[in-house]
Amino acid sequence: MLSKKRTLTLGAGAMATAMALAACSSGNVSSGGDGAGDGENVTLNLATVNNGQMKDMEQLKGEYESANPGVTVNFQVMEEADLRAAVTADVASGAGQYDIVTIGAYETPQWGANGWLVDLTEPLASDPDYDVEDLLEPVRVAISNDGKQYAVPFYGESSILMYNKEILDEAGVTLSDNPTWQEVADAAAEVKTDGMAGICMRGKPGWGDLFAPLTTVVQTFGGNWYDADWNATVDSPEWKEAVEFYKTMLDESGQADPVSYSFNECLTALKEEQAAMWADASVAASLLEADDSPVKGKMGYAHMPTVETQESGWLWSWNLAVPSTTQNQEQAIDFVKWATSKEYHQLVGEEIGWSNVPPGARQSTYEIPEYEEAAAAYAPITLDVMSSVNPEQPGVNPQPWVGIQYVSIPEFQDVGNQCAQLIADYIANRTSVDDALAECQGLAQPAGEAQQ
Amino acid sequence: MSMTDVDTVEAKTATEPRRVNKSELRTARGLAAPAIILLILLTQIPFLVTIIVSTINYNLLRPNDRGFTGLDNYISALSSGDLGPSIVATVVITASSVVLSVVFGMVFALLLDRAFPGRAVARTLMITPFLVMPAAAALIWKYSMFDTNIGILNWISRSLGLPIVSWGTNHPLATVIIVLTWQFTPFMMLILLAGLQGQDKGVLEAAQVDGAGPWRTFTWITLPHMRMYVEIGVLLGSVIIIQVFDPIAILTRGTGGTKTLAYLLYERAFIGLDIGQAAAYGVVTVVLTLIVATIALRTLFKVFMAGGSR
Repeated sequence: MLSKKRTLTLGAGAMATAMALAACSSGNVSSGGDGAGDGENVTLNLATVNNGQMKDMEQLKGEYESANPGVTVNFQVMEEADLRAAVTADVASGAGQYDIVTIGAYETPQWGANGWLVDLTEPLASDPDYDVEDLLEPVRVAISNDGKQYAVPFYGESSILMYNKEILDEAGVTLSDNPTWQEVADAAAEVKTDGMAGICMRGKPGWGDLFAPLTTVVQTFGGNWYDADWNATVDSPEWKEAVEFYKTMLDESGQADPVSYSFNECLTALKEEQAAMWADASVAASLLEADDSPVKGKMGYAHMPTVETQESGWLWSWNLAVPSTTQNQEQAIDFVKWATSKEYHQLVGEEIGWSNVPPGARQSTYEIPEYEEAAAAYAPITLDVMSSVNPEQPGVNPQPWVGIQYVSIPEFQDVGNQCAQLIADYIANRTSVDDALAECQGLAQPAGEAQQ
Repeated sequence: MSMTDVDTVEAKTATEPRRVNKSELRTARGLAAPAIILLILLTQIPFLVTIIVSTINYNLLRPNDRGFTGLDNYISALSSGDLGPSIVATVVITASSVVLSVVFGMVFALLLDRAFPGRAVARTLMITPFLVMPAAAALIWKYSMFDTNIGILNWISRSLGLPIVSWGTNHPLATVIIVLTWQFTPFMMLILLAGLQGQDKGVLEAAQVDGAGPWRTFTWITLPHMRMYVEIGVLLGSVIIIQVFDPIAILTRGTGGTKTLAYLLYERAFIGLDIGQAAAYGVVTVVLTLIVATIALRTLFKVFMAGGSR
């Protein structure tokens, strides 16, 4: 009896501790860079996300360090979700652990408005060699706030339609460069076989998973999260039409287990020829065309399918920013400029390989002959889509925020995530579309009211 | 502890029992103090901080909008309707995984209790699932077992001409329970195997001599002997599985009735980034866990006690 009680108390205590730790994680103070000053040794702590381009940067940091004696750059590479939690907690609480952070297009304008980031407008514009105008216009717009630039795009992406030309040719299906969603759904139904899905689309719940493509589908069907006055419009007929279309397409010709599938799962399915088409991030094209890809050279690429809008691609960038709490502001800005410069792109091409050059950041990258050759299959369409999307009004109606597949307000992560779970339940036939959207509307409305 | 105290008091002549008692008590308290202080530092102070934070409007992304809000966080936690389904999910997942792993653990323990060549190797292999990190185990199951294109389970059903099963989409609850059962069966097996090996061989022989078959020996002799070990297994298993997180985050993301209290707390704190509200959820969860654990576990053990004499 005694042992039983003690275990219970211990269990409860441990749980309480876990919760308090979760609550306190923002207070995780750690001393960052060594004392700065002229001629002194400086360590720059850089938090970044674990994808290929960032790892290339870590590999090349020695070039920067040898050109700038006394400066050491210390990389802390994390998973996207961990990075978001760690960096948000650090920057929001002013702990000052990082001198440079990697943040997404979603956070940048919000953090800039909060005064958490150093305004980079002047340092970038005053350096003619840096050529800030060369950074792709829509990306710069998406990460600016009030005309000020708080971060620099390291690489950017949009979304495109990718299809296996061999499979489509065999079925006698052709797609134009600007297909409509109806054409794509018909083509998917046409090429689908018992062993192969016609199309692979994200269904895994999460605001950055399911809702990245689904928001763009909703927008091109004429719907959006909020109207111009921040009233939630999730229960509109356009939303219902778009979500029903998405589910019907998945049911009729999508992958067998949609709720488990997101970017990586669809990439595997395309490579294994278990799916014929895929509408997702443009960066996927470079992976499908990589030397180890079984479908290299077999793929065709088109603009993201549309219904009522001209374009339907999303816009995402991973950006380098300098938190205002840093002790080494000057050196941090210098490193950020180096890592996003034209020279850096040349360096990556020469040292690592031309197909590894960070895409979607600089116009001039697409004029490098070696890059044009290495990325011939997907570079032109990536540049074309990225320069033509409009982050200020991606849908049919004007919206009060800048951004395409997300709403740049703090509550969106949470609202998007819970709505994605509701829609995943609809995709799995556990609820009706009306119930899911009505509940989602109830979640989105208070978040919108907070902006009014 | 109390027994020795009484003994000591009786052994002394009745001069100053109180003083002796007090000084001994002081020593005892002094010895226990470091552990108690540590316990308070590690559990109670963070809990107090949680309670304080739970009354503050504290969203990480809204630094200019902070302040005391009283019980608003609790009201929104209780009125959101997330808690009820989450409690059901926690109970269903914990109970089914514990029961299934006890049943399978018992079967494997009985098999491994026999002498056969290669028993040591078999035992090591059987324990392996428990040694795999939970996140790694969930990832292995997601891709190598459940996946519709490259998973073994669907490869088997395809080979047998059966329809493909969309585990994550159509059976999220079963997916989580299967992974947890796979992971905790070895844990139960170890505890139950220890119990089986502690069984008096003489009693078993006597039963054999008296003409009891294997089934009667198992139900009348082995099972009553194993009751205590099953209890320990159920208790420890429940305490560990109730806070499970990895398979849910990796396999289902909280859809289809798998959003347990642990996952709900994670969502509130790290996706909502609303620390005040997350703290309120945390406090409510602690209170609920205490109530449920006290009532449910006591009832459970009463059933066990009433089942037969020890």
